[in-house]
Amino acid sequence: MQPSDLPQDVTEANLQASAPLTTQISFNNFNFYYGKYHALKDINLDIYHSHVTAFIGPSGCGKSTLLRTMNRMYDLYPEQRADGNLLLDGENILDKQIDINQLRARVGMVFQKPTPFPMAIYDNIAFGVNLQERLSRSEMDDRVEWALRKAALWDEVKGILKQSGMSLSGGQQQRLCIARGIAVKPEVLLLDEPTSALDPISTMRIEELISELKQDFTIVIVTHNMQQAARISDFTAYMYLGELIEFGVTDQIFIKPQKKATEDYITGRFG
Amino acid sequence: MVTTPTEDRKGSAGDWIFSNLTRFFAVVTLAMLGGIIGSLVYGAWPAIQRFGLGFLWSGEWNPPMERFGALIPIYGTLVTSLIALAIAVPVSFGIALFLTEMAPPWLKRPLGTAIELLAGIPSIVYGMWGLLVFAPVFSTHAQPFLANTLGRLPIIGELFSGAALGIGILSAGIVLSIMTIPFIASVMRDVFEVTPAMLKESAYGVGATTWEVVWNIVLPYTKVGVIGGIMLGLGRALGETMAVTFLIGNMNFFSGFSLFLPGNSIASALANEFAEAESPIYTASLIELGLILFFITFVVLSLSKLLLLRLTRQEGSKT
Amino acid sequence: MMDLLKQRKLVNQLALTLALLAMSFGLFWLFWILWTTIDLGFASLSLKLFTQMTPAPGSEGGLLNAIVGSLLLVSLGTLLGTPIGIFAGVYLAEYGQHTWLGHVTSFINDIMLSAPSIIIGLFVYAIYVSQVGHFSGYSGVVAIAMLVIPVVVSATTNMLKLVPDSLREAVFALGAPKWVVISKVTLRASRAGILTGVLLAVARVTGETAPLLFTALSNQFWTLDMNQPIANLPVTIFKFAMSPYKDWQELAWAGVFLITLGVLSLNIVARVLFRQKHRS
Repeated sequence: MQPSDLPQDVTEANLQASAPLTTQISFNNFNFYYGKYHALKDINLDIYHSHVTAFIGPSGCGKSTLLRTMNRMYDLYPEQRADGNLLLDGENILDKQIDINQLRARVGMVFQKPTPFPMAIYDNIAFGVNLQERLSRSEMDDRVEWALRKAALWDEVKGILKQSGMSLSGGQQQRLCIARGIAVKPEVLLLDEPTSALDPISTMRIEELISELKQDFTIVIVTHNMQQAARISDFTAYMYLGELIEFGVTDQIFIKPQKKATEDYITGRFG
Repeated sequence: MVTTPTEDRKGSAGDWIFSNLTRFFAVVTLAMLGGIIGSLVYGAWPAIQRFGLGFLWSGEWNPPMERFGALIPIYGTLVTSLIALAIAVPVSFGIALFLTEMAPPWLKRPLGTAIELLAGIPSIVYGMWGLLVFAPVFSTHAQPFLANTLGRLPIIGELFSGAALGIGILSAGIVLSIMTIPFIASVMRDVFEVTPAMLKESAYGVGATTWEVVWNIVLPYTKVGVIGGIMLGLGRALGETMAVTFLIGNMNFFSGFSLFLPGNSIASALANEFAEAESPIYTASLIELGLILFFITFVVLSLSKLLLLRLTRQEGSKT
Repeated sequence: MMDLLKQRKLVNQLALTLALLAMSFGLFWLFWILWTTIDLGFASLSLKLFTQMTPAPGSEGGLLNAIVGSLLLVSLGTLLGTPIGIFAGVYLAEYGQHTWLGHVTSFINDIMLSAPSIIIGLFVYAIYVSQVGHFSGYSGVVAIAMLVIPVVVSATTNMLKLVPDSLREAVFALGAPKWVVISKVTLRASRAGILTGVLLAVARVTGETAPLLFTALSNQFWTLDMNQPIANLPVTIFKFAMSPYKDWQELAWAGVFLITLGVLSLNIVARVLFRQKHRS
């Protein structure tokens, strides 16, 4: 599929070197409701494979809501519903036939606050894997190590894998959650303001992590920190009051936005 | 908490009075416990002197001959409480699971209230209902069924043999479990409910099913409260008087391991026999039973508090 | 070997079904007990209950002395226990959070909350009844108070802890001494919760039989003399229910119905009150 909605003067040189753009997730005429409240209005958006897409916008614009539709987390709450098309690799995941547990193994999520499970560090990682595959003890050891290395946490915890995940510092806990998310080898990783509860140094380390992870995963990140979006994302979607105002290559959005509304937000005139 | 230097303030007289008044009543509360232990020991002293440690494992209970032993009541207390817990804990867990993860929002409040109402029913009601309504049904339908199924198995079968009287250790244990369920279920429901949504969503987020989330994440997260609730239920079951008194049969000698047999618990022995205890040694023995019961309950409750303390420390920095 | 996903889904379905069964199990007993109580109790209800005394077996009667006796015992016991409980609770929450007295008292209070009520009865027997030489209503009042105190201490402490420090600081900032801060502001802010605690304590003690067995005992006749054994519903029911006399058993069901009605109403009122106050 071709990125047909990008402006003409975008060259592929702006994007990650050798990869042509393929669409992993596609929102078509997508609407979302909290009870009677129309929260997301007619969203049309593509998320590209192996790139980082950021959702930005003022509080209440719907960016977290939009993020949480991609793993159907809203299913847990009866008064929330969606309609339209949400395609993951061509399949409409809003379909009732879709197996939610499998979907959530393909689309992982990391939350605003670190949420380590009340178990050992090793078991935190192994938990999700055990749901999907039957691995031998040594295979699991390898997978845990792989995930922790990818999350840049291995060196710090390799000696204390039996300790509770809740005994780590905030930044470490969040990296643990990232490791947990990637251990099941998802296709997509959804990050909901992953650094908002962390100090600047931990934030920086996680941002570095995200830049490395995008080689293996498609990443969508919600952030209220525009500078963060500018630093780490390839594509940015600006949302306001439940609508997608503008979507494009990050550099484009921040340097020369097409809509005035976007420009007002970027330059801090409001929000 | 906010504290202030009370000495150099204008209202310090009022402060002095007030703070010492409250301190006094705190001491009163503390003194109650000391008083209980002291008075029970005092009252039981004649029996303690006469029978010594052997009181604990003597199965004799012979008022005319003035020979008493605590084994049968202790046995009855422990076995009925164990039966009660064995039934109440899994059922309470199921109820808590249902209330927190399965019930539609409009059902949660009324069902939760219904379970709490079960806790509010006075134990004498359970006792009367148990004796006059439950026991007959139990003896005509449930007991023969149990005797024919579990009663035929090796070893365990011994527990379900004998006449279907309707009353006895098993029926007392069952009614006791019904009384205990609301306590344990409420505590479990409360702690399950305050599990952070984000934590549960993290588990759902890796594709876990509802059961997997509750068993692997919610339960370990809430284990402190859950254990506390179970211990609370155990404490109540051990000391429960009226329901057990109506159903246990007040029999003071041991005639086998079958749960169908009548027996006695410490509380039911006290309730049934205290008013008619003629001789001083009879009364003293009964008081000694009370002391033993208090000791057992105290140990169980203290252990649970210490366990809770240890568990919270282990977690490190837990919000 | 079943596909892992199918197996997990099966386990999930099984677990959820068992949870539903557990819920039904609990509800089943509740409805059976309530139904029996209403059915048999209602059948024995009549005006006689409130106008006549407890009879000898084989003759007509009511439960008047038992009802009045219970009301007396419960109200006096609550009146005695509540202030003690509130004061001790204030100490635990406002003065003694870091003292050894506070920690130990808090620990002891938790134990007392779950201590068997029959032990309380024995205790009051040992220190009061056997000293004085006879059962009496006053000893029953003491026993009831001892059951009320831990519940009120707990409710008071919990409610006081919920009051934010910023409120306390605001009153201190006006120059008020500590006892004014507590009595005029903090306690007032926790009023609803403490009242709920008291109501729940009352609900609990209303149905308590065991402690009264060794203290107030019971009395077949009418008396308002608290220095004598006094009739009360629970012990009367106990005696009548365990007897072989039909009319006594009927009275017992009526008594059980009255107690259950009273206790459940108190429970519901307490919860509604709590929810209302906490919504604001």
